[in-house]
Amino acid sequence: MVNMLCLGIEGTAHTFGVGIVKSDGKILSNFSKTYVPEKGGIHPRDASQFHAANARAVLDEALTQANVELKDIDLVAFSQGPGLGPVLRTASTAARALAISLDVPIIGVNHCIAHIEIGRLTENTKDPVTLYVSGGNTQVIAFDTGKYRVFGETLDIPIGNCLDVFAREAGIPHPGGPKIERLAKEGKKYIPLPYVVKGMDLSFSGLMTEAVRMTRLKKDLRDVAFSLQETAFAALVEVTERALAHTEKKEVMLTGGVAANTRLREMLQVMAKGQGAKFFVPPMELCGDQGAMIGWTGILAYKSGSKQKMDETQARQRWRTDEVEVTWREK
Amino acid sequence: MMLMKKGAEASLYLEPFENVLHTAGGGKVVIKERIPKEYRIKEIDEKLRLSRTSLETKLISDAKRAGVKTPAIYAVDLGKMRIVMEFIDGPQVKKVLKNPRFKDKKLCMLIGKYIARLHKAGIVHGDLTTSNMILTERGELYFVDFGLGEYNPSVEARGVDLHLLKRALQSVHFKIVDFVLREALRGYEEEFGAGARDVIKRAEDIEKRGRYVAKEDRIWH
Repeated sequence: MVNMLCLGIEGTAHTFGVGIVKSDGKILSNFSKTYVPEKGGIHPRDASQFHAANARAVLDEALTQANVELKDIDLVAFSQGPGLGPVLRTASTAARALAISLDVPIIGVNHCIAHIEIGRLTENTKDPVTLYVSGGNTQVIAFDTGKYRVFGETLDIPIGNCLDVFAREAGIPHPGGPKIERLAKEGKKYIPLPYVVKGMDLSFSGLMTEAVRMTRLKKDLRDVAFSLQETAFAALVEVTERALAHTEKKEVMLTGGVAANTRLREMLQVMAKGQGAKFFVPPMELCGDQGAMIGWTGILAYKSGSKQKMDETQARQRWRTDEVEVTWREK
Repeated sequence: MMLMKKGAEASLYLEPFENVLHTAGGGKVVIKERIPKEYRIKEIDEKLRLSRTSLETKLISDAKRAGVKTPAIYAVDLGKMRIVMEFIDGPQVKKVLKNPRFKDKKLCMLIGKYIARLHKAGIVHGDLTTSNMILTERGELYFVDFGLGEYNPSVEARGVDLHLLKRALQSVHFKIVDFVLREALRGYEEEFGAGARDVIKRAEDIEKRGRYVAKEDRIWH
């Protein structure tokens, strides 16, 4: 097939998305809907019900925007993991139903790797060290001999979760990230908070607890937000720098929902410059969770010979980045 | 100062002894300087460089007390974030192991024994690569660079340490990793005594968690 059309389905956490991608790398459409809990954090069952209820509408909108019909689709890709079980099962069920009814191949994609691949596509990077930061994941990833290796990661909560929970506890309305960033810009005084880097790994739970405690002690919220960001981001950048020095790669990429933060971008930019590396951030609409990254990675895997049987498509909640055989890149 | 190595966190300089310590004497010293990082605010930057410089100094001295050869510390400058220490002259063990005829069981066992001594003293090295081990002309083994070390007596931390050793061997010495690791673990067990198996078992578990690279586990046995 010269130019195949892949429909990618994303569903690992809040977002249900469908993207339609051509095998030459052109993204024809990328539409999604995001579940926002009425209060508190994400409830996996509620999220999956939201996804199921909206799946058809999202699919139709993606097809309309791409100006294609279902019969034009040559391949169905879906986020097989990692993520929340009920949510993953909704996405994989939708993918199986589509693939069977269209009689096209199906391929399960690793969500974390999809974030890297869509960035490599749009930013045209060759071989970056990637800092992937979101509400569900925090990893420093680099390719080495056939696999995406995790050089460092969080030992407890992801950075996005740290920021979300802090915002909620401090009474900052959803979405917390942008508001914390705005507050932090007005913060002046640094309040010492726990900085935890263990070898190449990170930990944010103690930092979050302490930052919340500072708000209860009636410290200026702007100073707490500033101190929280500075501490957490310094740790992220330090581990990324170590991975960069260790692998001797010349590119750094930032992706995931937290990539929206301009202070984090700035810090990585400064670090990369010091290490003689180039710095990349994909457009924000491709940093967050969406279907196009799943579709594109599905194409890469399929074209390099990956095939999947129907009974291999069950959700993989804990599917690790470094378990995936990356058949589409040279060892 | 002559730059010897630029790491992610610190730079190493090689200097004549008398230039630094203003006394007559031969030999050279190594200056490890933790460089400021412009990406982070001054408050965090100084706190980190200060605490890490003093922690590393302590680790190097305590390791020596535990029977692991480490560079002598001549001076610590917490203003300039520098440690002035003995220059250990000799090839890195990395280079020694690359010799195709290498079969020095005793050296491999001693590596394991050193690690056991650190662990028994409550220290984990945190970066057990063969570049951080030096073999002097007199055949003495030195452990250097405790920059990622910490005081941590948990089985988990010790397991990670052993796992890091295996990973390091696999990445550079894949042909003799079985031999080197077997002997090193033998030395580790001998020196550590009761409880060594628990640590080795934990290292195996850590590997199986899939956090790290390899899938084979036969080398552990």
